[in-house]
Amino acid sequence: MTTDGLAPALRRRRSPGVWLRRSLLGVGGVLLVALLWEGYKLLGPEEGVLVGDARVLPRTTDLAMPHVWEMLARLASGTTRAPSADPLWFTVGEAALVTFGIAAAGWLVGVAVGMALALVMLRWRLAQASLLPWVVLSQTVPLIAFAPLVRSWGARLELGAFEWQDWMSVALIASYLAFFPVAVGALRGLESPDTLHAELFRSYGVGWWRTVLRLRLPASVPYLLPALRLAAANAVVGAVVAEVSTGLQGGIGRLLVQFAGQASGDPAKAWGPIFGAVVLGLVAAGSVALLGGTLRNYRRGEVSA
Amino acid sequence: MTTTMTTDATATRVAVRAASVTKTFDTRGGIVTALQDVSLDVAAGEFVSLIGPSGCGKSTLLRLIADLETPTSGELSIFGKTAERARLDQDYGIAFQQAGLLPWRTIAGNIELPLELHGVPKAERRARATELLELVGLGDLAGRFPDQLSGGQQQRVAIARALAERPSLLLMDEPFGALDEMTREYMQTELLRICAETQAAVVFVTHSIPEAVFLSDRVVVMSPRPGRIAEVLPMRLGATSGRADDLREDPRFFEMVTAVRESLHGGAPSGRGEDR
Repeated sequence: MTTDGLAPALRRRRSPGVWLRRSLLGVGGVLLVALLWEGYKLLGPEEGVLVGDARVLPRTTDLAMPHVWEMLARLASGTTRAPSADPLWFTVGEAALVTFGIAAAGWLVGVAVGMALALVMLRWRLAQASLLPWVVLSQTVPLIAFAPLVRSWGARLELGAFEWQDWMSVALIASYLAFFPVAVGALRGLESPDTLHAELFRSYGVGWWRTVLRLRLPASVPYLLPALRLAAANAVVGAVVAEVSTGLQGGIGRLLVQFAGQASGDPAKAWGPIFGAVVLGLVAAGSVALLGGTLRNYRRGEVSA
Repeated sequence: MTTTMTTDATATRVAVRAASVTKTFDTRGGIVTALQDVSLDVAAGEFVSLIGPSGCGKSTLLRLIADLETPTSGELSIFGKTAERARLDQDYGIAFQQAGLLPWRTIAGNIELPLELHGVPKAERRARATELLELVGLGDLAGRFPDQLSGGQQQRVAIARALAERPSLLLMDEPFGALDEMTREYMQTELLRICAETQAAVVFVTHSIPEAVFLSDRVVVMSPRPGRIAEVLPMRLGATSGRADDLREDPRFFEMVTAVRESLHGGAPSGRGEDR
């Protein structure tokens, strides 16, 4: 009678060969970018490529485009010329950790707020109709531009022993960018179960909350994971840019500005924090991907209906 | 003629009693009467099929019994209780055309779901799931996931899940509708075997005349616009527990198929009403 179709199960398992191929592709991609960089630097005109008066490709001088190996070598040497100075990679790494912490705090707040909004919109249709436009509209407000304002509002906050720290303003802005994809993704995910499943739970006589916990939340995982990853990337971008515009010390945003100012004398140094920011974004998104790995069973719906 | 109803003590109990049940829906095109003045009794342990063209309200009747909809007027009682009470007491198990398994749960986990939601201890749940998997013939697949099963296997898991809390009533809405003919006949035979073991009454919605005839003690023929019962036909084919595949080639079977078909096609649009 029924055929034992077990083939999809086997297809799902990722063999080590696939992982190897993926990492090789990743490394190859980075190498390709380095090669393009050096190729253009070697062959491109010194003054860059101009269309009319607009420069569409940068100058190829060592000042504008340091060699890849110079940028990498610069990471290993001292941050300043002082003999006691930490190597540049260490300074960048330290700053990246600070920013990561702030972005993580912003991400957590953003996820909490996003989930709460999604649940409210799921529970009350009226809330969905009235809230969702505001959620979308919220992202058109360039809060980053108001970062110094946010900071001064925070500074005026007084809640007993609690004192508003400058980094909290940065985390707040990061969370503002992070909550949006979570709210929208979670709402879609929570609404994803079929009527059939909802009716099944009704037939079991379980209430709204338990239906959310046992049916809607697990079903939302395939929608939630990309949203969380997007939120992580947004939180990092938000944290770095907010650091720049509030002038917060200690993070990678501050280093970006500071080292860019020294670029005329030390062009390779300015690239250190840029690499740091790239790695930071990758680590943030990768952390969420790890989370996705532990939730693999909840993503089965992605493959077959 | 031999009586087709179960003759044990349970036959005196009534599983489902519908008295003049009417259901209307408010749609954009106006008020649609899905069911009009439907009266029907299903005895405990009895297998009753609802058959009719689409729009005859057979699924609506099932959904009313399941308390997924409420009747506009009329009385509906399940084992003497309101439909809502019966739902909350888990008096019925339900299976739909789609298996509707949760993809993130193993087969055993899916069968345990209703038990888990109602606080049955883990060891007991495990034991019940194992027992049910044996009953539906999937004992070796407990740890698999739904996407690793064929359609027929998934549907058997859904039936096992519907039986998890030992309901005395099974509600089935075209559960074999999406299966191929071979699998379908196999599942019908299996269902009769399972019903004989569990002693549950069944209300079974189907489009298929042979399916209704093969499975049922009585076939309820319904007519559309508005949905109503045209005729209730007793299947004089012996106790359902004794039916096997060879019945499908029995002249009595064809006779019953013909009777249902004639009732379906010849049913006058009005006048024949609720003759039970």
